[in-house]
Amino acid sequence: MSADVKIVKVSGTGIAVRGNDIDTDRIIPARYLKEITFARMGEYPFYDERFDAEGKPKTHPFNDHKYRGASILFVNKNFGCGSSREHAPQALFRFGIHAIVGESFAAIFAGNCVMMGIPTVTVTSAEIEELMKLVELDPQNRFAMDLDAKTLSYGERQVRFDIPDTYRNALITGFWDSTSMLLSNLNKVKKIAAGLPYMTGFRG
Amino acid sequence: MAKSSGRTLYDKVWESHTVDVLPTGQTQLFIGLHLIHEITTAPAFDMLREKNLPVGFPERTFATLDHVVPTDMRARPFLDSQAEDLTQALEKNTSQFGIQFYGLDSDRQGIVHVIGPQLGLTQPGMTLACGDSHTSTHGAFGTLAFGIGTSQVRDVLATQTLAMDKLKVRRINIRGALPEGVYAKDVILSIIRRLGVGGGKGFAYEYCGPVVEKMNMEERMTICNMSIEGGALVGYVNPDATTFEFLKGREFVPKGKDFDRAVAYWSSIASDSDARYDDVVDMEGSEIEPTVTWGINPGQAVGISEKLPYPEQCSDPEGAKRAYEHMGWKAGTPVLGMPINVAFIGSCTNSRLSDLRAAAKIAKGRRVHPGIRALVVPGSAAIKALAEKEGLDRIFTEAGFQWREAGCSMCLAMNPDKLAGKEICASTSNRNFIGRQGSPGGRTILMSPAMVAAAAVNGKIVDVREHA
Repeated sequence: MSADVKIVKVSGTGIAVRGNDIDTDRIIPARYLKEITFARMGEYPFYDERFDAEGKPKTHPFNDHKYRGASILFVNKNFGCGSSREHAPQALFRFGIHAIVGESFAAIFAGNCVMMGIPTVTVTSAEIEELMKLVELDPQNRFAMDLDAKTLSYGERQVRFDIPDTYRNALITGFWDSTSMLLSNLNKVKKIAAGLPYMTGFRG
Repeated sequence: MAKSSGRTLYDKVWESHTVDVLPTGQTQLFIGLHLIHEITTAPAFDMLREKNLPVGFPERTFATLDHVVPTDMRARPFLDSQAEDLTQALEKNTSQFGIQFYGLDSDRQGIVHVIGPQLGLTQPGMTLACGDSHTSTHGAFGTLAFGIGTSQVRDVLATQTLAMDKLKVRRINIRGALPEGVYAKDVILSIIRRLGVGGGKGFAYEYCGPVVEKMNMEERMTICNMSIEGGALVGYVNPDATTFEFLKGREFVPKGKDFDRAVAYWSSIASDSDARYDDVVDMEGSEIEPTVTWGINPGQAVGISEKLPYPEQCSDPEGAKRAYEHMGWKAGTPVLGMPINVAFIGSCTNSRLSDLRAAAKIAKGRRVHPGIRALVVPGSAAIKALAEKEGLDRIFTEAGFQWREAGCSMCLAMNPDKLAGKEICASTSNRNFIGRQGSPGGRTILMSPAMVAAAAVNGKIVDVREHA
């Protein structure tokens, strides 16, 4: 059992996408899920909000040169609701987003993020508003996320964020890539399986 | 009633499937049944190959085709080369790893959440995972069922387990009885409207009370299906005589004395009468009316007699404004009489036999309104056959509906069934998200199958109780 990449600190500039309940169909339209690998997902985040039917760019933070190179995404409530498609965090990650700060996240989306090594952390409504304004006012503002200390620092200031302990542990220990950790228990898995009556067809 | 230990079904199933507490503090949970389809799985198999791992319990995974399959021309190779590639990848992966696959040539093919219960694969007291958020559907059987992402599919394939965090349990008690013309779809839309699209975050929803107890399994599946639309990863109903009766005789359900033992076990995992809940919500069934959505998430819903709400009356005024902008509707106008262009009856929410019967009852002897495109897409090959046996297909086609082959169809439009431009679709599916039905400008109004059939023949939203 080995823990590969420990994720403790993420730093960089920010980008804000405003609005509650931004669903995974908006993050990545279903038609791009027909691609057989995740390789090109970085081309598609928020596609239909960024481009019109003719492929002409619309006004959207993800199209705005000011925010190019941003690695921390700021969002509002219930971000990532809807479908279980891992293509959504894959699209954001491959675009360059390595951490997301928001008011709240949908369950499956947050779970997918941790499985990919992307921290999703929460702050209050007032704090997210201030952070978004800061990003929009000066896109060159740099942020430093520290999962150990549970702090996001910018300039002289610092805000404390929340993240479920288990997610935090998985990221900072490197066990977010969980397969090897789960596999190391294979004997116990077999034992639990053997004790479940449906595994043997309820035969007496 | 199960013996009293103060535990919910969720607690019991969680405990019996717990393998270990992991170094991260997460629980390693055994997954009793894993269902896969052509989307979300191909990269998972690639990850297995990269890690040079076998599938740990290939007999616990079952595969079918649903999301990309055309529902009219099903000849292979599919005209859509991406759909064909995904299909071939699933064929290759299931064959290579020894996984049971129900393809288009199988009479067991269908929407993954329809065939699991239909085959009796889904059983009470199991854990069940699938790379699809509507996996909560299977909770209707007292199954702890939830959607997962592709990396988690990889973990289930490799280890038959997942690293999970335990949820809290909210009991949602629907009292009284439903009025005539009010369906399971109206109940779940009303629940989501009340508790919000994010209100279920961190919870499993246990649906109970006289309204739910009286429901058949298909109605319970409709309710559990949309748990995730309320933010709840898991939704379930305690198994009872209705559950056991449904399961009896199905292909993967034990027979004879084994069935009796199974029933005893299934009964034992129901929530105790003195179970402790983290939250309890009571709703009155008699107050629910036919319900439709007006916005861009399933919580933006109104009763058919209501007017569209003003943004300031909504919990998220900005979200409401965005919804009106997309829908092109005005606050304060009645929802009754809103015109539609397309009618879609299908999806893992409402494509089962009782859904088709309810819609056919309205469609019988009437005609689809001129200019309206109306599709009926059964949830599985088996449901299609059963419906045809009782002549439902003829009722629909004589009324001008198209009668299709089984698949996800226009629910998410990863196949040729799509909205065009700004079309408005009365739909029995589960999501009215922007762009969900295949056109970025397309508009979706969620409602029950009877309501969609009534909208199709009237060309506008009507109260099905006045058109029965």
